[in-house]
Amino acid sequence: MIFDIIIYVFLVIGVFFNVLAGVGLLRFPDVYTRLHAGTKCTTFGSIFIIGSVVLMGLKDWWFSNDVNGSVLAIHSAFALIAILLTNPVGAHAIARAAHRSGVMPAQAVVDDLKNKPIKKSIKKKKSAKTSLDEKGGEK
Amino acid sequence: MMEFFNQYMIVLIALLVCIIMSIIRVVRGPTAPDRVVGVDTINTIVIVGMVIFGAAYQETIYIDVAIVYAILSFISTLFIAKYLEGGEF
Repeated sequence: MIFDIIIYVFLVIGVFFNVLAGVGLLRFPDVYTRLHAGTKCTTFGSIFIIGSVVLMGLKDWWFSNDVNGSVLAIHSAFALIAILLTNPVGAHAIARAAHRSGVMPAQAVVDDLKNKPIKKSIKKKKSAKTSLDEKGGEK
Repeated sequence: MMEFFNQYMIVLIALLVCIIMSIIRVVRGPTAPDRVVGVDTINTIVIVGMVIFGAAYQETIYIDVAIVYAILSFISTLFIAKYLEGGEF
């Protein structure tokens, strides 16, 4: 059956990319490269693994009229949408936090954010707050 | 009743190997963002493992748990990143 072959090929591709994510987390020298490996590879691998589960549910629903298969396919598609929406946003937040907390790239040649003022809005807030506090203390 | 060791168990064992490699990074990581990256990777692989587990035993409730786990882990990652950044909540 061709659907079974497609399901197994998708499973193998997804597992391969997830193992690559683990190897990249172990081998890369830096926070940013580890983030690159650990987020992109798991997102791509989860697309293929959950896609194979969706195909399996659709196959059960179409060929053997199993209602449980349709529920499996639709809920797996929602889980895939949740992963696709949340994973890059989390990676971006981690990279921004790492750069702002002072972790620099290990072997980078060009760092465009090096001489830019960091935390401008936060500094403004803090200075405004301290000036207010000083005024209050003077009074 | 389905047999316990069907073909999806091989996939689950491979995902377990990925989780073990991420745990090594979480333990050994030199800085705090390395550990956060490891925990984020573990979260994604656990979501995929829950979906595979629900497909292996034809149980839909595991996949619902996976959806809720995805959203909660996203919120926890955002809060940890905000804490590392040093901003005010």
